Amino acid sequence: MLKQVEGSQAVAEAVALCRPEVICAYPISPQTHIVEALGRMVTAGQLAPCEFINVESEFAAMSVAIGASAAGARAYTATASQGLLYMAEAVFNAAGLGLPIVMTIANRAIGAPINIWNDHTDALSQRDCGWIQLFAEDNQEAVDLHIQAFRLGEELSLPVMVCMDGYILTHAFERLELPRQEQVDAYLPRFEPRQVLDPAEPLSIGAMVGPEAFMEVRYLAHAKQQQALELIPAWAEEFHRAFGRETGGLLHLYRADDAETIVVALGSVLGTVKDTVDELRETGLRIGVLGLTCFRPWPHLAVRAALADVRRVVVIEKSLAVGLGGIVSANVRGSYTGHPDHVHAVIAGLGGRPITKRALHGVLRKAAEGELEPLTFLDLNRQAVERVLTREREVRRSGPIAESVLRDLGVSALKIG
Amino acid sequence: MTDQPIKFYQTGTFTVGNRLLSPEQRSVQSNMRRTNSLNSGHRACQGCGEALGARYAIDAAMEATERRLIAANATGCLEVFSTPYPETSWQIPWIHSLFGNAAAVGTGIAAALRVRGQTDVRVIAQGGDGGTTDIGFACLSGMFERNDDVLYICYDNGGYMNTGVQRSSATPPAARTSTTMPVGKGTGSAFGMGKFVPAIAMAHEIPYVATATVADLRGLEAKIRRAMEFRGARYVHILVPCPLGWGHASEQTIRIARLARETGLFPEFEAESGNVTGVTRIRRQLPVEEYLRPQHRFAHLFRDPPRADLIAQIQALADRNICRYGLLARQEAER
Amino acid sequence: MFQIRIHGRGGQGVVTAAELLSIAAFREGRHAQAFPSFGSERTGAPVVAFCRIADEKIRNREPVVAPDAVIIQDPTLLHQVDVFGGMVPDAYILINTSRGFDALGLRDFVSGFDANHRSTVPATEIAIRHVGKPLPNAALLGAFAAVTGLLGIDSVAAAIREKFAERIAEPNVAAAREAFEFMHEKREALARAEAG
Repeated sequence: MLKQVEGSQAVAEAVALCRPEVICAYPISPQTHIVEALGRMVTAGQLAPCEFINVESEFAAMSVAIGASAAGARAYTATASQGLLYMAEAVFNAAGLGLPIVMTIANRAIGAPINIWNDHTDALSQRDCGWIQLFAEDNQEAVDLHIQAFRLGEELSLPVMVCMDGYILTHAFERLELPRQEQVDAYLPRFEPRQVLDPAEPLSIGAMVGPEAFMEVRYLAHAKQQQALELIPAWAEEFHRAFGRETGGLLHLYRADDAETIVVALGSVLGTVKDTVDELRETGLRIGVLGLTCFRPWPHLAVRAALADVRRVVVIEKSLAVGLGGIVSANVRGSYTGHPDHVHAVIAGLGGRPITKRALHGVLRKAAEGELEPLTFLDLNRQAVERVLTREREVRRSGPIAESVLRDLGVSALKIG
Repeated sequence: MTDQPIKFYQTGTFTVGNRLLSPEQRSVQSNMRRTNSLNSGHRACQGCGEALGARYAIDAAMEATERRLIAANATGCLEVFSTPYPETSWQIPWIHSLFGNAAAVGTGIAAALRVRGQTDVRVIAQGGDGGTTDIGFACLSGMFERNDDVLYICYDNGGYMNTGVQRSSATPPAARTSTTMPVGKGTGSAFGMGKFVPAIAMAHEIPYVATATVADLRGLEAKIRRAMEFRGARYVHILVPCPLGWGHASEQTIRIARLARETGLFPEFEAESGNVTGVTRIRRQLPVEEYLRPQHRFAHLFRDPPRADLIAQIQALADRNICRYGLLARQEAER
Repeated sequence: MFQIRIHGRGGQGVVTAAELLSIAAFREGRHAQAFPSFGSERTGAPVVAFCRIADEKIRNREPVVAPDAVIIQDPTLLHQVDVFGGMVPDAYILINTSRGFDALGLRDFVSGFDANHRSTVPATEIAIRHVGKPLPNAALLGAFAAVTGLLGIDSVAAAIREKFAERIAEPNVAAAREAFEFMHEKREALARAEAG
């Protein structure tokens, strides 16, 4: 059914259609609307049987989900940013225990300094934990990916993170197609776990595994993610047949057939990138787009094939590996068969800095002219950073960067008396 | 109050046999049909109080729940010695997740059971003092506050024993651990620090709170069975001596636990909805030295010259407990 | 594509206004995207919301930098925030005020604008009459429908009814309709003056 609805509300309805049995979440911007909407549905009896638990922290949220999933219930939670870090221990634990929990990440920056706006630092900080990580380009894909996530996770016995840009997608009203309950029921059968805590069949889950077996267990975790590389496109194809929409999968290409330059990105910025690419194509530039939907497992072969004949790759990413450079670009570079210097990292949109078509035009033109540096920060206020760096060369001063910048601007707390 | 109408006089560490009792009064452990939930073959130290307490507690819980029980276990000695992969000594459905989340995992299991209409299956979350009073405290309080239908059992041996006897917030004052040297003036844990979680549990006004020791194993079983009569959040805190960490002979475990009670240092009581409903009275109060001397972790109190000042401070703590919980039998109180 | 930027303060329903515009457009079979640019909730702080309306799927996610219309819910923002930044030539300006452009100190600024594209409406007063609270958003949307002709007033009314329960929706619909009529009459008067 077509609706004009807020992204969070739509995701809540999608999750509700998947018949979750235990929902537990701790509030954090910008995920709150999702969980509030689910709470309203539970109260209205739309989700029976379902237990909604107000937990005391994100660590508790993931832990409650672990207990529920291990006991055979379909479990769901949502978080972002600081909350994801706070539950990090449990996030790794859930993957290691093979529990098919689905979690929405309303992507948000990580402090210090505290910042509630969108970027991908949170999800990418957990990229190696063993969860499957899927990124939605728009709210329709966010809806669809949640449904695919439950199916995928339960098939593989792996937890799945569905990432959607905080505020940009979660708080955006858009026209969306919400599926019907019968459609979802046909696509997503009842959760039947392989191993479950059951008095009739006692088993011990979570024992300590020593050096004699740990390598094998971890190898199998990696192998399982490799299996996901087959299953993700398969379940997306199945979704297409059942729901009539092409969403999900490992990646998708846009105007890439004869492209000399390919722009790679994750998430909502792809919309702005595609509009920009259309305009650049009008000027004769042979430029296309690679939109990554699946970040983990890393779709190495698919990325390699997509970038095979491409002269240069510009990765627009909302993430930064401090001390190294780009995160997504480093992964892309590993799959690009051309010269590594032809993969350019453009760090953009950190902490919610808007990524404008104007800025994209600028950086993509520069790339086409062969003048783009290997690592760029889009729309950076060079004056401000140069001022700080110059001062620091003269006077070393420890302390938080943001507050240090203020001192340079002459802003400081007034002393009393 | 879960008293039995028969008095036992126990000497040393020998407990009176079950033959003197009618069958219904016998302990769960004495029953041939006990479930052996924590089966033999685990790797605990000789004389481990926690293994003893867990065996009695879980078998009693199994009997009370007609064998419909799931347990979540925090990281710690019990978890490590009971599941040397690929073996396990647990004969019940059991999960170990993390150090600090046993209570939350228990909450999740209980929620799953409720959703599936399996409310006859009961949930236990358990851990040592470290996993309960320190790193697990937030999840514990959350579980209490929501009144989730979970029985939490804390096996309190006063320290992080599994990792080498480090101090926890349950370590008693003046007790030597490997991390209390740099804190405070002496070797042991400082006075004025620490927390007594049973009192905090009572402050949450949950349906049932009890303290117990491995010296009164029938009492322990009775308290677990009593706990299973309630729905909602319940907490049982069991003092379990650790021969390694406490530095006493491994055959002295039960005796040391009894001394903890008889000196007043460990109060044994039950409470419902925040109010004490019964205490186990001290039959004959003993001075704290009797408890402290046999343990090497207190050896620094008895050098030449002995630390009479610290011993007096410990005695004051015991006296405070006796007063606060009314632990003396009437005749003793009048003496 | 038509791009609208709405300025106001937290608590005045700025974000809701953008959402309602998008719902009204949806009801007319169009694609619409509405999103806010604030973050932590705080009444009184300046808030901006955006709405894009088009006939095909909208992919662009950047904030509206070149609005075709600017709606200003709170005139105290006029000299504090760059509410007019990036406007396309002859963009629509709609300000919630019972005063005129001259009284707001904008005479010179709007002198180059098509008179039909710049309007004021006493939306707060209209809102207080119907809703009992100074929530001018519904009235402003009614006026917007009249000024731009982009959306029908019935679509605006339907959007309000979709979003709110009856006892809240009906007074807001009334406010929207009154503002719509008010604006309509104003424009007719202007047209007569120009013709005559």
